[in-house]
Amino acid sequence: MMRWPMFRDAAFVFAKDARIELRAKVTLRQVAPFVVSLLVLFGLAFDRLLVKDTAIADVRVDELPLAFVGPGIYWLGVLFSLVLLVQRSVSIETEDGAGTQLRLWGLDPAGVFLGKAGVVVMQLLFIQVLLCVGLIAMFDLQMTEPLLLVSVSVLATVGLAAVGSCYGALSAGLRVRETLLPVLLLPVTVPVLLAAVQAWQRALTGDVDSAWPWARILFVFVVVYVAFGILSYGALMEES
Amino acid sequence: MKSQMSWFLGVASVLLLGVVTVLTFSTPSPDFVQGEAARLIYVHPATAWASYAAFGTTTFAAVMWLWPRTRRIGWDHIAGASAHIGTMFLAMTLVLGAIWGRPTWGVWFRLRDARMASTLVMLLMYFGVLTLRQLPAAPDVRARRTALAALLASVNVPIVHFSVQWWDTLHQKATLAKPEKPTIEGLPLTIMLLSFVAFTVTFCWLMVHRTRIERWNDQLFNGDVESAIVARQREGAGSLAASGLTPGGLR
Repeated sequence: MMRWPMFRDAAFVFAKDARIELRAKVTLRQVAPFVVSLLVLFGLAFDRLLVKDTAIADVRVDELPLAFVGPGIYWLGVLFSLVLLVQRSVSIETEDGAGTQLRLWGLDPAGVFLGKAGVVVMQLLFIQVLLCVGLIAMFDLQMTEPLLLVSVSVLATVGLAAVGSCYGALSAGLRVRETLLPVLLLPVTVPVLLAAVQAWQRALTGDVDSAWPWARILFVFVVVYVAFGILSYGALMEES
Repeated sequence: MKSQMSWFLGVASVLLLGVVTVLTFSTPSPDFVQGEAARLIYVHPATAWASYAAFGTTTFAAVMWLWPRTRRIGWDHIAGASAHIGTMFLAMTLVLGAIWGRPTWGVWFRLRDARMASTLVMLLMYFGVLTLRQLPAAPDVRARRTALAALLASVNVPIVHFSVQWWDTLHQKATLAKPEKPTIEGLPLTIMLLSFVAFTVTFCWLMVHRTRIERWNDQLFNGDVESAIVARQREGAGSLAASGLTPGGLR
């Protein structure tokens, strides 16, 4: 019963941020083109570099490396988008003292966290749809085991959005926010990146049994990050 | 009292490190295959242990600062000091590991290795904590930032420690901390344990000094703010006197 205001406030903040994003279209007009550019650049950068290292015979070596590095490129694209989206999420609150108003309204900090993280999840999932289309079109990846891929994606996205929102709030009041946020955020996302990439690589190669343990590791991180955000967002909001 | 403790810890630290150094180079190499490089086992695990101890202290102090009933600025000084020292020991661990790894495994560093990668990530996380801490801010604000960032970074510490058990790795499994009999014994085990004690005492010694520096920095900050307020008040009083006004109105 005590937690209901948290979900009510989360829905309120989610609706507010989502409406701002739908009007401003930053995800669509800026983050989406950025991710497509990344995909092209990664594709060009890794196209023939790994050919010398592969010892697998009887395969078309010009396409094999891209298929192997595809999951890594996908999740790096998600990570870089996360940095941009968190910057955007923070700037909504820092402009015109909006964050101070949120505090003065007496909203449950945990609800604010869930609402803001929820919008980042929504944006990241949209970006991932683009990335999937790009991977299929440019890298010729076969999206086998869709249930596993989607489960891992949703789990990793929730974890990334949770930890991103925490660090976003932590760096909100800083003048060096733009440069500091990636320094703080990217190392913390390594466990999620590692687990998500491993699970995707195994799923894409049909090794489903060995992919689920990585999904379970991912689940543990998601629980830890979401719990940390819910418990600490009150203190984090004082920073903004 | 504090200077006496510092003096005692300093002397003990120098003596113990000296004994470990002498024993390291005056006894036969603990491993026939690895040769001289194996002597690094007397230092490398001990510096890693010291960094774990430091980061454990940081996490504990961060929790104590965040808990309203135990909130004292002293906990922030301890958290900041231990994060600094832990980062230094962790960097030492990585460098010593690389020096060991080159002749033993043929590589300085291998990013695909779970232990090496997670240790490097942990170092980057604590660099982030220190960067955040060094940004100009009032002591309370800085303390909150440090505590929250340190708690988030602490998630990685158990991953680093257990990575050699959870994943296939080039790094060897635990030598001492395992259920079965340790894979090291006799004089090498004694030197290794002595090294653990030496680095623990060194960590405590550095903590005393670094915590003191953190406290002095705050005193300097508070003193600067107070003198700035006094200067501004004097300046304001001078302008009021020149205009014939007093803070209460017309004279």
